[in-house]
Amino acid sequence: MTQGFLSRNPSVLIFLLALSIFTLVVTVLSNAYGLDLVSTSMVKTLGKTLCLCLIALAMDLVWGYMGILSLGHFAFFGLGGYMVGMWLMYARTRDIVLSSAAGLPMTPQELNDAIATQIFGVVGTSEMPAVWAFAGSLPAQLALVLIVPGLLALVFGWLAFRARVTGVYLSILTQAMTLALALYLFQNDSGLRGNNGLSGLQNIPGLAWAGQDRLSVWFLWASALALGLGYLAATFIVSGKFGSVMRAIRDDEARVRFLGYPVEGYKLFVFTLTALIAAIAGALYYPQAGIINPAEIAPIASIYLAVWVAIGGRGRLWGAVLGAAFVSLVSTWFTGGRAPDLNLGFYIVKWVDWWQVLLGLSFVLVTLFAPKGLSGLVDLLTGLRPPSRRGAPLGPNEGALQEREAQE
Amino acid sequence: MRRLLLALAASLALSAPLCAQDAPSEPSPVAAEAPASGLAAVIAEHKADIAKPSRQSIAPVIAALGKAGPGAPDFLEAWADKALGSRKSDGAIFRVKKAGAGYALFDPVTGADAGEAPRAEISEIKPNAGVRGLIAAALIRFQLSDPDIAKRQAALTALSRDGGPQHLEPLAAAIADEPDPAIRAQKERMLGLLTIRFGTDPAARVAAIEGFGADLGLDFRAALNPLLATKRQAFNAAPEGNVAAELRPGKPGFSAEEAYDLLVAEGRAPARLTRADLRAALEAHIENGAVAGIPLADLDTPARRDAAYTALEGAGAVPAAATDDEVAQSVAAHRYADIYAEPDAAVTAAAASALKSVSLKVDAMHGADLALDALSLASIYFLAAIGLAVTFGVMRVINMAHGEFITMGAYTGYVVQQHISDYTISILVALPLAFAVTFAAGVAMERLVIRHLLRRPLETLLATFGISIALQQLFKNIFGTQARPLTAPEWLDGAWVLNDIVGISYIRIAIFVLALVFLGLFLFVMNRTRLGLEVRAVTQNPSMAASMGINPDRINMLTFGLGSGIAGIAGVAIGLFAKVTSELGADYIVQSFMTVVVGGVGNIWGTLAGAALVGGLQKGIEALNPSNTLAAQTYMILFIIVFIQFRPRGIIALKGRAAGD
Repeated sequence: MTQGFLSRNPSVLIFLLALSIFTLVVTVLSNAYGLDLVSTSMVKTLGKTLCLCLIALAMDLVWGYMGILSLGHFAFFGLGGYMVGMWLMYARTRDIVLSSAAGLPMTPQELNDAIATQIFGVVGTSEMPAVWAFAGSLPAQLALVLIVPGLLALVFGWLAFRARVTGVYLSILTQAMTLALALYLFQNDSGLRGNNGLSGLQNIPGLAWAGQDRLSVWFLWASALALGLGYLAATFIVSGKFGSVMRAIRDDEARVRFLGYPVEGYKLFVFTLTALIAAIAGALYYPQAGIINPAEIAPIASIYLAVWVAIGGRGRLWGAVLGAAFVSLVSTWFTGGRAPDLNLGFYIVKWVDWWQVLLGLSFVLVTLFAPKGLSGLVDLLTGLRPPSRRGAPLGPNEGALQEREAQE
Repeated sequence: MRRLLLALAASLALSAPLCAQDAPSEPSPVAAEAPASGLAAVIAEHKADIAKPSRQSIAPVIAALGKAGPGAPDFLEAWADKALGSRKSDGAIFRVKKAGAGYALFDPVTGADAGEAPRAEISEIKPNAGVRGLIAAALIRFQLSDPDIAKRQAALTALSRDGGPQHLEPLAAAIADEPDPAIRAQKERMLGLLTIRFGTDPAARVAAIEGFGADLGLDFRAALNPLLATKRQAFNAAPEGNVAAELRPGKPGFSAEEAYDLLVAEGRAPARLTRADLRAALEAHIENGAVAGIPLADLDTPARRDAAYTALEGAGAVPAAATDDEVAQSVAAHRYADIYAEPDAAVTAAAASALKSVSLKVDAMHGADLALDALSLASIYFLAAIGLAVTFGVMRVINMAHGEFITMGAYTGYVVQQHISDYTISILVALPLAFAVTFAAGVAMERLVIRHLLRRPLETLLATFGISIALQQLFKNIFGTQARPLTAPEWLDGAWVLNDIVGISYIRIAIFVLALVFLGLFLFVMNRTRLGLEVRAVTQNPSMAASMGINPDRINMLTFGLGSGIAGIAGVAIGLFAKVTSELGADYIVQSFMTVVVGGVGNIWGTLAGAALVGGLQKGIEALNPSNTLAAQTYMILFIIVFIQFRPRGIIALKGRAAGD
């Protein structure tokens, strides 16, 4: 108990150091603030990757530490993006409408109608939907970034955990939630422009003078800051007593309940907290991506999130970050058409076509043979070995028991 | 027989002109007395009118021709087809046909060869569209009593497309002699419809409407609806005409604004000043950055704009706009009513009550149709989910690649059809082959992956998901992204149509039957065979089953293969009506999960109940909001999330020891 937080968690310092060095290097190499060796689009890709690392962190908290395989965290990510995107789109359209106005100054009603026509002409209406009531105010929308996904997670989590839905049932249910949200947003009358989604988000109102070069670096900084803070918070949560209870719930929920802990409360707290982290990541991600549409929320995205965390190594915060960064960057490289074709003599493997197959199969292999994922490699390098307790682990559901102990 | 008659008519017609010349201007008595000789006489009499027909004067001629006896229909047809010509020297009418430099001539009545004539001597007769319409109307009479049943049918079809008041009388005349009962019924029905629409006697029309009762035909409703069409009108005094309903402004459904708009539209009141007009008027009077002395920057609220406009009015710069008081006054000074386009009140009352009873019946039928739709959707979900339920029930393993096994089955069907061109045989081959292929794939997956992840269900879920994305991309690489055809055999084309509302395609019936067959098969295997006994034992308690000499590994493998094989067969069935793409299975996988989760694990009846609930719910919500299937799916999923609150283990949950935990 006399030890400080940092000395108990040496990985925090290493992680923060690595993150700062990475940010600094990218800044120095960037177009806007240095040597112009990294293109603006590459800076954006790196910034987006940091956001994905942040949501992977959330996923690791809820899955790796708590044992809830949520296949719905991208719903919160997308909702965060939508909330911030509403302000971006509204404010930018307002600037455009005002700058093109002539004659009489507009009444508030006229201004509102003109903005609505601009934004919703594409889905065939010119009425401002009720959900856009606060779109004119940045502080309100920023608050909604947290409130909307947080409330959704709270209500959904309360319903699900109260009914003691666990395991694969819960996974399917979270997947259903994302699907329902995506399908809802796909409708034109959902008030969020249907499958057109929100676009032009990369143009920040009031910051047009800065240009995309500088904006991209600023967003990289913001994403790095959010990731750093998120990592600190996550480490803080999992290192104390709270973290012990979380792991205990993962290993044997019933036993923790019998010990008198309010398991549902813990689960609900972590589920909602990770939803908030995901929403923040989304709010930072989509201004860099420039466009958001309901396809981003589809269940497949959340499953990929699980893939990243699994490949990185769950149950370790830096493993999740590593996995998200590695898989999403490699994925960008392969699907971007920049990877050289592989000539097998009888068949030329085009990676754009075969990357998915490779990803799927390597995922199966990681699940089968390297449950620790990439972080297991790091363990090997540092010479860290689990004590030999004879036999393979039986997985989180069987607790810390090993095969042999289970038989005895 | 017909030719013989024509020849007879022709030989008589040769001797006809003599008596025809004496015939009075109304030739029908002659035609009635000597039908054989009538046509030629009538033609000869009216040859000038026939050669230069005009819409106004030709009607009696056509009527006379129509009554002129055998040969008349052919003659009229030739006339309408512009196949007649008149000889310039004496005006005689012939059927003409271009032949070389001149025309080949034929007798107008018999069609017998009548020599040739140079081009200059013949002028072709080209009746205009109006005349041709009259001729066609006259022809209907003959077609309706044509000996050829196909022609009668065609005439009725033509009538149902564009029947008119002129068809009433010939149709009524053609009913009595109709030998075929089906056609006769059709004719009577058509007569009723035409009477409703075009009849002149209100009593007859009311009788015709009541004669239909609560008939479900679309044509009956199409005949009724125009009768009940209303037009909203404003009146200075009491409403005139066939009033459907009198309206009071301010009541629900008819606001004071609408009333005033109606007055404006009818020219009874001046238009109100719209916001856009106000803005335009103000903008037209900007002077030195101000309007009527009010600076531009201040004109950003409606109140200030109104003030500026009033100021302009005072200066006489803009016309006075109707004030709210004037609007209220003129609205109050008028009465409003919906007026039927149909003037006769008895007819509209009968039509309204008929339509009401029809719509009641229509609603009931829609309900039945909906139930059929829901049943067919439920059987599709059942087929897609049953394999999933088997593996989940026995092994507690969620197979995310289940959807890809469905796709695999559909592609197997496609490949089989590439090699076997007969669709019936190819489907019969494809069904077992799809089972075999997906059975093998399932067994391979179980042996290679799932066996090593037993008792780690979440990891199994993820591993099978990895297989799923790999397979999906593999299908894309092999078969391309475009949809591949999987054609149903001809005997499955079409639909079983009960009436205009209730109908279901044969493919869906076949899928329903297939689902029933699988239900039966599954029940048999599970309850009546050694394999089923062992599967049930492993489901309930694997270690106890193992100690009784059952090999759980083998059972798991077989179960997984069986579940996958059923998915393959479901794939062939789904592929018959859906597009076969690499995403086919993924489209059904979430609904399949829902079915399993809602239904409960480890019991086939649970899956059945789940499929019925999910399918019925989806169709039911769709019916409430038919334009939006996305919303239906959204609400269905929300319902399921709530449903899980009350029955976390599904509709039919295993109890006691069988539940495992």
